[in-house]
Amino acid sequence: MAEESNISTETTNDNTEETNGMRPIWFFVGLILFFTGLVIGITGIYNAYYPGQSGTVLEYLHPDIWWGGFMFLSGAVFIWLTRNSTVE
Amino acid sequence: MGSFALNFADWLVIAIYFGFIIGIGFYLKKFTKSENDFFLAGRKNSSWVAGLAFLSANMGALELMGMTGDTFKYGVYVAHFYWIGAVPAMLFLAIYMMPFYYSSKIKSIPGYLKLRYDEKTRVLNAISFAVMTLLVAGINLYAMALVMHTFLGWSWHISMWASAITVAVYVTMSGLLSAIFTEIVQFFLIWFGLFLVVVLGIVDIGSFHQIFARIPQSYSTLWSTSGNAAHNGMMVTWGGIVLGLGFVLSFGYWTTDFLVVQRAFSARDLRSARMTPIIASFFKMALPFIVVLGGLIALVLSKDASTGFHLMHTGSHINYDSALPLLLKRYYPHGLLGLGVTALLAGFMAGQAGNISAFNTVWTYDIYQAVINKDATKDHLLWMGRAATLVGIVISVGTAYWAKSMPTIMDYMQAIFSWVNAPLFATMLLGMFLVWITADGAFWGLLAGMGSSFGMYIAVKFGWIARDTISFSHVSSDMAANFWRAWWAWLICFGVTIIVSFFTRKKSREELVGLVKGLTNEVDTKPRPFYKTPEFVAIISGVVLIALNIYFW
Repeated sequence: MAEESNISTETTNDNTEETNGMRPIWFFVGLILFFTGLVIGITGIYNAYYPGQSGTVLEYLHPDIWWGGFMFLSGAVFIWLTRNSTVE
Repeated sequence: MGSFALNFADWLVIAIYFGFIIGIGFYLKKFTKSENDFFLAGRKNSSWVAGLAFLSANMGALELMGMTGDTFKYGVYVAHFYWIGAVPAMLFLAIYMMPFYYSSKIKSIPGYLKLRYDEKTRVLNAISFAVMTLLVAGINLYAMALVMHTFLGWSWHISMWASAITVAVYVTMSGLLSAIFTEIVQFFLIWFGLFLVVVLGIVDIGSFHQIFARIPQSYSTLWSTSGNAAHNGMMVTWGGIVLGLGFVLSFGYWTTDFLVVQRAFSARDLRSARMTPIIASFFKMALPFIVVLGGLIALVLSKDASTGFHLMHTGSHINYDSALPLLLKRYYPHGLLGLGVTALLAGFMAGQAGNISAFNTVWTYDIYQAVINKDATKDHLLWMGRAATLVGIVISVGTAYWAKSMPTIMDYMQAIFSWVNAPLFATMLLGMFLVWITADGAFWGLLAGMGSSFGMYIAVKFGWIARDTISFSHVSSDMAANFWRAWWAWLICFGVTIIVSFFTRKKSREELVGLVKGLTNEVDTKPRPFYKTPEFVAIISGVVLIALNIYFW
């Protein structure tokens, strides 16, 4: 989509931490994806070691590990891209 | 089916969500210094932030679960609500209406009515919108408690109060700013929390094509069975879809409902405001890949006894709303199950926060300042916005308890929109495009439209007139009646407004500068390549819409 306001450009980013500026929403999205993905992924690893806890269909595919990992990485990318950003 | 059994990991995911949104409310409070920050989020959002919030304000859990259940009943037909029933209106708002809204620097939709028409039209709309918003917020709260009680075995009272207090805390602190932040968090949680269930469903059944191969053909088409109401499950013809849903209800909601349009007002400039609904339209078109596909997956599974999948029953009735939660239970192990539940919770709470933030704005500017205290200072208005948030929450909890004691109130949800929004769209359309429409014409047209819609609803309800008379068909459903009633209400408002305008005093052209097409400077002064213009991106959205309709014809 031809839209100039993406994650990295919609905020000011001069590589200096502006303690008084507001963090962009994408930073918070990153945080919640990061921590939620972490919990889901770790639970998935536990479930892999102790299978049958949930008794769900397709449990053998370990969707919790790879989806939790995907969320964790997505969150990390959001946090990285907005680490020094503050909203104008 | 018994309640879902959540374990520690699921509760931890839910706790992270609650901790986050309350934390965001506290964090944003120090940036909410003025009434402009509180009611319009400082008017500094990018089009992406405003666009995702615009969509999320409408993307409640009630809708997600209801539409998945409706797909189980009606098939792919439900995609009409996401495609023709949304996208043309969103693009029209962006291209034609947003310049008037944004350039006039109004703070609410009733505020536009005041500028274009007069105070009485503004107050009429403000009161009806405020009542509708609180009703919807309360019913949303009740629906959340119902879902949590049914599927998780949670206490009614704890579910309602925990959600209401959480919303009260973060909306009171930072108003629209925190509502928008939490709506965007909700957007990501819904996609991450629910999209996987569709992926696993496809893997479980075999392939995307297998799903369509295993459902009746009439369930897999969008338009080819719309020639005869008896040939499709929704019992509605293409006329009802196009005029009722695609034109009146859709345009009435997406272009005039302050709940969603308020998000576009928070954009930092006119171009961003115009891009807001266009960006949202792409994600709106993608939503059927969760709700419609999820409903079809549930349908295929339920037809195969070996899967052991069947919907819940409430008494002798099938509980279609159980389709999505049951898919979560089927595919999501602990941890992921917590995410799925959180996605639904986030949908409910963001829906309530959206309604409350729209209510506090309309109450403060269009009722309190307009009628009760015309000389209120900005600081006082900020205080009033916070007070209105708390009062609105308390009233919505009262409405939720009322709904609990009278479950049929849920049936009125769709009807309420056709009473308030459908005629308002005629008032807006005429006001924006015709200079000679008068204030008295708008007031009496709006009153006639709202009254006739309500009257038709009551008349059919008590059997004074047949539903078939309204819907032009001997076969019709409640949904078809809603579509057609909206169309008649719009037409009556349109006609009465024009007729009364012939005989009443017109405003001068000078008074209408910036409010009516032809008298408004719509030029975007900043030169841009064509592919960055709202018009070009809107064309792409329109092409995708047409392609989807042809593919699923």
